[in-house]
Amino acid sequence: MSQLTRFIGRYAIWLYSALAFVFLLIPIVYTIVFSFNDSRRSNIVWRGFTLDNWTQLCNAQGVCEAFGNSIFVGLTATLLATILGTMIAIALVRYRFPFRNATTLLLFLPMATPEVVLGAGLAAEFLTAGVEKGALTVILAHTMFCISFVVVTVRARVASLDPALEEAGRDLYASPAQVFARVTLPLLMPGIIAAALLSFALSFDDFIITNFNAGPFVTFPKFVYTAAARGIPAEANVIASAVFFIAIIFVVVSQVSTAARTKRLARLG
Amino acid sequence: MAFGAFGGTATAVAEPAIRKRSKVALILLLPGILYLGLFFLAPLFSLVLTSFQQPAEFGDIGEYETAFKWENYTAVISTYGEHIIRSFVFAATATVFALLFSFPLAYFIGVTLRRFPLVQALALTLVIAPFFISFLLRTLAWKQLLSDESPFVSFLNTMQLLPEGEHVTGTAFSVIFGLTYNFIPFMTLPIYTSLEKLDLRYVEAGGDLYASPASTFFRVTVPLAAPGIISGMLLTFIPAAGDYINASRDFLGSTSTAMIGNVIEANFLVLQNYPTAAALSLVLMAAILIFVSVYVKKSGTDDLI
Repeated sequence: MSQLTRFIGRYAIWLYSALAFVFLLIPIVYTIVFSFNDSRRSNIVWRGFTLDNWTQLCNAQGVCEAFGNSIFVGLTATLLATILGTMIAIALVRYRFPFRNATTLLLFLPMATPEVVLGAGLAAEFLTAGVEKGALTVILAHTMFCISFVVVTVRARVASLDPALEEAGRDLYASPAQVFARVTLPLLMPGIIAAALLSFALSFDDFIITNFNAGPFVTFPKFVYTAAARGIPAEANVIASAVFFIAIIFVVVSQVSTAARTKRLARLG
Repeated sequence: MAFGAFGGTATAVAEPAIRKRSKVALILLLPGILYLGLFFLAPLFSLVLTSFQQPAEFGDIGEYETAFKWENYTAVISTYGEHIIRSFVFAATATVFALLFSFPLAYFIGVTLRRFPLVQALALTLVIAPFFISFLLRTLAWKQLLSDESPFVSFLNTMQLLPEGEHVTGTAFSVIFGLTYNFIPFMTLPIYTSLEKLDLRYVEAGGDLYASPASTFFRVTVPLAAPGIISGMLLTFIPAAGDYINASRDFLGSTSTAMIGNVIEANFLVLQNYPTAAALSLVLMAAILIFVSVYVKKSGTDDLI
């Protein structure tokens, strides 16, 4: 009996975790499966397998346009936020300056503010200033909430950078600009890329802030929200599934290659 | 530290010794800080202004003039007090459920899988996998999976576990369920980050000193994981309290489950009742700031991000 309880005790956490992973994956699998549904109008009941939704993606009205808009907004906001955030991250680690605590607080607060408040605030500002809502206001909003996440991500990378490498550059008579472009920036690149991917993901999936500031401009999540009342076309599932697969492949490949590199380094060391 | 749990690699941060004071710092900081001033601080300020406005005397619906109408706040609290309370109760319940769900999972990934770094990394990917599929679509997926025609609800009906005429969707249960599901990764990741660094010798020491497994757990493991637990709770509670997708009628909620986010959205985007929406947003923000400031005090400003 005690052996049995010990066995259960040892493997309970494996069992629990397996079930937890299944639970986390349920709606994902559902969404992917229903991207293959021969659904015609509303994609609720399973009617049979088809590839049509994947091959004729743009048949559903507005899906492709919304998807394109989301990509455009995501790329623009990511570019802006990554540049602004990386600059701040370097300053935070490398330099002393007055109002340091205030700056940190200003970077922290957007992450700690509910999205609905950020969205309503921006919308109130645009309303007061008489700015027409559209693609521009969405990009401005997305850039704002991405900056802090970029700072957090890149900062860790700057902090782990060995200053001796840059010193070596200077010792070899490189100008400050050359040191930055040929030593600092390449070394920061993994952090910057991670930050850019995170920004893009946050922007691409944002609904709440977008809804307050998009006006007639339709992003992919906004399309889904509007369609939810009358039935989501299966093509929306196709886009979500495709994005999911791309993201997962990205992450897994990067993890496997990191693991392989760590192993190689361990063998060398 | 904790909000950085999403920034990918949470490496040990060694601060370099040299920190210069220079004009370069200003050039690096200024654009980003100005941006946040313009699109984070200024919007909060416009919310404050808007929240005191009153309807323009001869204006249309949606036209307001600057005023100092304190009554907007008392009106908002008396009209929507129920929604405010519901939001916090739902968010707090979802936070507790997410914690109960996440702790064993985070322990499994951070401690049990420690010897298999690649498996550990893949398990973490599974935890954040829900983030890669559209937030709205995964919530709609649950709506279908919990609908009256779903196998789950048919099962409940045949077992007579569900009172006749009752539904699963559109109830407080389904909204809290959705909130819990959607924010679980925000809870699991920071706890994982804490447990991953947990030195197992402390746990062994607890056993050596004749502590029962339960008291070792509550007096050694949990305190050592506290930073992750606290930031996980904040990261779950904040977005859950302001969320209006899960509670929306087209998703997992109904009119009787409307949360503060739904009221803000309706007042701002549908009714064009901007002062009410603004006042409600600031009430929500103030309530959240109370929790956050406790966290800030504990962690100190330099470790915030």
